[in-house]
Amino acid sequence: MTSLTGIFSRKELKNEGKVFEPKPYSNPYVVGFGLGLVLLSAFLIMGRGLGASGAVSTVVAVGMEKIAPEHAAKNNFYKEYLGDGTTNPLKDWLLFEVIGVVVGGFISGSLAHRIKRTTEKGPNVSVRTRLIYAFVGGSIMGFGAKLARGCTSGLALTGGSLLSLGGWAFMLSVFGGGYAVAYFIRRQWL
Amino acid sequence: MMPYFKFDYFGFDFSLVVAFIIGIGFGFALERGGFGNARILAAQFYFYNMRVLKVMFTAIVTAMLGLFYFSWIGWLDLSLVYIGDTYILPQIIGGLILGIGFVIGGYCPGTSFVSASAGRTDGIIFILGIIFGVFVFGEMFPLLEEFYNSTNMGRVTLPDFLGLSHGMVVFLVVAMALGAFAAAEWGEKVLSKKSGRGVE
Repeated sequence: MTSLTGIFSRKELKNEGKVFEPKPYSNPYVVGFGLGLVLLSAFLIMGRGLGASGAVSTVVAVGMEKIAPEHAAKNNFYKEYLGDGTTNPLKDWLLFEVIGVVVGGFISGSLAHRIKRTTEKGPNVSVRTRLIYAFVGGSIMGFGAKLARGCTSGLALTGGSLLSLGGWAFMLSVFGGGYAVAYFIRRQWL
Repeated sequence: MMPYFKFDYFGFDFSLVVAFIIGIGFGFALERGGFGNARILAAQFYFYNMRVLKVMFTAIVTAMLGLFYFSWIGWLDLSLVYIGDTYILPQIIGGLILGIGFVIGGYCPGTSFVSASAGRTDGIIFILGIIFGVFVFGEMFPLLEEFYNSTNMGRVTLPDFLGLSHGMVVFLVVAMALGAFAAAEWGEKVLSKKSGRGVE
């Protein structure tokens, strides 16, 4: 089938016996510059930086309120994310930003043929072990991010470029904690 | 005058549209950098691929210089840009815990969303882990509240803390980043020769 634009025919040609190879990742300095511009535009337009873990907190707090409203109302942590009841807690800046992150990641991955159902791991561990580590690591991270009031995006990137003392102390601690235990986890990655 | 939102150029509902668009840029950049892939992220902690450091410091330097020049020209009121208060002890302990979770789980919250959207099962499971971790923190909050709110130093920045001018700190951070880039490039070369493992 031919099309007016020629797009279909070109696609058909490419598909003939050809597997799309995932493209290599971009130059880190170029990516960093682009990421810096995204962060800068958040500062200039919104007067705030980026984030990620806050969106999870909102979802957890709203979930707790649905399941156990009295229990959630007594807890200052959940209350912080639920607000005073005059606004919908799900109309949250970070939550909308994170939905954008999911979409943006998918667009970039699609363009570079990097969307794939797989599990990323080192050659010496099973998928099952890797997934257990992923869950445990995620839990530890969720807890740590809440204790620190932010994660790599909200505190290290955002706080770092705003020269916040807490942001820099946090960033150095993240690298410190990571390097301190990396040796013991090496089987998973190397 | 910037930041636009603080000067009521648009309302709250439109700010959510802005959030979505900025999020797309954020997710796009993270995926381009290879941060949807736990092996690339974890490699940072074994010194054979320093992408995390390179991308993060380039982004910080770019945004920091932008903030500095925009406010110097007078287009941006820097005092209206939100900087969270420093709670030094919870942030150091939280950072250490988060770093441990990073090496074990292979992602941070932002990168796990990109990983999940690129189809990685470990990214999806990692997000479930974050939800569980936040839930545990929430349930333990009455016990942790006192520590969580301790050592509040207010809205303190490196120039305040070090007693240096804003410009001087900006210069030092740029110099430090350039030093770190040089060290990272050199380290990758040496290690990839030694172990035969490619940089990518």
